[in-house]
Amino acid sequence: MPVLHVVSGSPQGSHALAHCLARVQEGDALLLSENGVYAALVDSAACRSLNVFPRLSVYALTPDLEARGIAFDELWPGVERIDYEGFVDLAVRYPISLSWF
Amino acid sequence: MPVRKNFLFVLRHPPHGGIQAQETLDFVLTTAAFDQTVRLLFLDDGVFQLKHGQRPEAIGFKHIAPIFGALQLYDIEELWVEEESLRERGLTAEGLILPVRLLSRRQVAAFISTQDIVVSC
Repeated sequence: MPVLHVVSGSPQGSHALAHCLARVQEGDALLLSENGVYAALVDSAACRSLNVFPRLSVYALTPDLEARGIAFDELWPGVERIDYEGFVDLAVRYPISLSWF
Repeated sequence: MPVRKNFLFVLRHPPHGGIQAQETLDFVLTTAAFDQTVRLLFLDDGVFQLKHGQRPEAIGFKHIAPIFGALQLYDIEELWVEEESLRERGLTAEGLILPVRLLSRRQVAAFISTQDIVVSC
């Protein structure tokens, strides 16, 4: 079964994203939440690590992006913004979810 | 008849940063007490939880090793550890307080995806 990985730690302040990416497989999805959304900044080093996984669906929580001043034009194009309802939809679509914090 | 499911607890944090490790073990034992199949997977700093020779009383924390010792009484016999996590931290499977089953990093994703319920700790 595909896994929804929820990364809430900052890519620089924690190893959450790196540790997660070391254990994803094809068909999995990645949701950036809380400080994890900083990885969606298009010019960030963390974003370059996301580029390595073209078949990974990447989402970011809009309220967490807004709270941190991350505007649409600063976002990596590979990330899809979702709201809390979208989060619930993902949790339903992926029966297994794993949090990386 | 209650349904029996496969629970996998993924432990990724070191033992003495707070009460997290302790609370995780409470959760693990409770789940097993309800006749569920329980497996533990230690990744990243979580492998430090199994290191031998810990004396947490030196910093005022409770010893969790006896709780790990109780796992077998609850029929929890599958303790999985990622080899790379051990190696990166200078540990070996022989230096752990309990016998474990080893898994390589590239096997972890597939292992997780075959469980019914996965709990991140």
